[in-house]
Amino acid sequence: MEFPADLKYTENDEWIRLEGNVGTIGITDYAQEQLSDVVYVEVSVSVGDTVAQGDTFAAVESVKAAADVYLPASGKVLEVNEGLADAPELVNSDPYGEAWMVKIELSDPSELDALMDAAAYEKYCQERSH
Amino acid sequence: MAEPLIYELSRAGCPPFPLPDPDVPLSELPQGLTREDLPLPELPESEVVRHFVRLSQLNYAVDIGFYPLGSCTMKYNPKINEDAARLPGFAFTHPLQDPETVQGNLLLMYELQEWLKEIGGFAGVSLQPAAGAHGELTGILIIRAYHLHRGDKQRTKILIPDSAHGTNPATTSMAGFTMVKLPSDERGNVDLESLRAECDDTVAGLMLTNPNTLGLFEEHLQEVIDLVHGCGGLVYGDGANLNALLGVVRPGDLGFDVLHYNLHKTFSTPHGGGGPGSGPVGVCERLVDFLPGPIAAKVEEGDDEMPPLFGLIMPAKSIGRVKAFQGHFGVIVRAYTYIRMQGAAGLRAVADHAVLNANYLRVRLHDTYHVPYDRICMHEFVAEGRWDDAPQVRALDIAKRLMDYGFHPPTNYFPLIVHEALMIEPTETETKETLDAFARAMLKIAEEARRDPELLKSAPHETPFGRVDEVRAAKQLILRYQPESQG
Repeated sequence: MEFPADLKYTENDEWIRLEGNVGTIGITDYAQEQLSDVVYVEVSVSVGDTVAQGDTFAAVESVKAAADVYLPASGKVLEVNEGLADAPELVNSDPYGEAWMVKIELSDPSELDALMDAAAYEKYCQERSH
Repeated sequence: MAEPLIYELSRAGCPPFPLPDPDVPLSELPQGLTREDLPLPELPESEVVRHFVRLSQLNYAVDIGFYPLGSCTMKYNPKINEDAARLPGFAFTHPLQDPETVQGNLLLMYELQEWLKEIGGFAGVSLQPAAGAHGELTGILIIRAYHLHRGDKQRTKILIPDSAHGTNPATTSMAGFTMVKLPSDERGNVDLESLRAECDDTVAGLMLTNPNTLGLFEEHLQEVIDLVHGCGGLVYGDGANLNALLGVVRPGDLGFDVLHYNLHKTFSTPHGGGGPGSGPVGVCERLVDFLPGPIAAKVEEGDDEMPPLFGLIMPAKSIGRVKAFQGHFGVIVRAYTYIRMQGAAGLRAVADHAVLNANYLRVRLHDTYHVPYDRICMHEFVAEGRWDDAPQVRALDIAKRLMDYGFHPPTNYFPLIVHEALMIEPTETETKETLDAFARAMLKIAEEARRDPELLKSAPHETPFGRVDEVRAAKQLILRYQPESQG
């Protein structure tokens, strides 16, 4: 299982990659592993929306379960990955790459300070596996 | 082995299956609602019958073998229930008949209401709801009506433990409330600290499944109920698992304000493709006036000469109808028959054996399959379908492999709080021999998982159809026959 070092992680298994003031957001390798085969992704925010940390912004459905996805940070939506609707399996095959879900312009990058780094998140996942 | 669709078997020009003449006057349908052609399959009767018999033989059913589908209570349904439901006096009556001509039906409904009150410890029962989730929605609408009637409008939250049935959050949303999820503690109970933190004057109620979906009796039940009552909320009981409690404890006595009964689980009427459900709702004294109606009642007392007269009444502040006519009457007759055949002692024995069977299987399996909340369970238990030394194997593979041994798989991947969950509910109607055979198959599969994991990954091998592509089935929904010409 992968835990890229350049990301920050939430307790609900979202990741965020900060580049400049732009955060790219998706769900983690652990999350896709727990969900198993993803069959449906619906992003419920649109470009231009102002969103807050903790808001639900997407729903992911697998053959096992459905899960809401929450925003790790507040800001304005810059881009939505429209391709996921037709290729939800990308969440399984490339959770940190092609399966990014939204990009937002962060209104308060310091919100990320409270999130987990890769080492803390890996430990958090291991604890939950037992 | 695939059986073609009946449309694919159709041959144009075959002598059509004769339809009976209409027995009601014909009337003109409004324009726009009629169609010129109706492409029904054309086949002789014999081929229609053979098609459906072949299909039925591909199916698995509780009348074929063991069906330990957790949370679903797939107990054997005694055939006398079917005999009773087919009695002409029940089968050939119409819900719009004058009540005086259907006194037997109304008496049966009235008595079933009375028995469910007695079994659940409640002051009133409505037989209206069509199934369990419908009973849930009805229960929450009753809670809503109760608060609104008192002018208490700020109660917008419903608390739901994470070990509840998946329908509970859906019910909450449909009734217009906000759901608040409560975590479980390490023994599988509601976490009391989290509950305490949520209890305030915005709580409309708590939905509690007891025993919960881990098959565990809530150990702090009294504290949970007292906390919710203490902040002015009501407690809704999901009665789906009542099988485990019959004749032992009554939810009403424990402090539940509303409960739905699943006649199709606890009281042995066909379900899971075999028939409609029925989810009557029982309520405590202060909610009786809000019950959905109509409900059966004694409208005139009898005397030495005349029997009492039964009729249908609407409770004073009723939330209204939740179902056309009088609920699923055919199911009501079956449940009535079941209770009548069991009697009080029989119902108590149902609970005793449901709990005994589940614990017997739990203990036979718990050294091989990790049971995360491993304490005396009620009617079911949840094991993990994964091992560190068989990393490729998942719960789904174990479930599929069980089919090769002739068993219906347990519920898998629910509840979500257990990794790779296998939720096993044997029910009381199984013999020790059946339980032993199932346990042997489970133990054998655990060996196979280490020795030949591919055998599990590619299972089932012995069924009419092999492993189906669940991803494709979920992504490419084909819900009706699509002739090739339409693509």
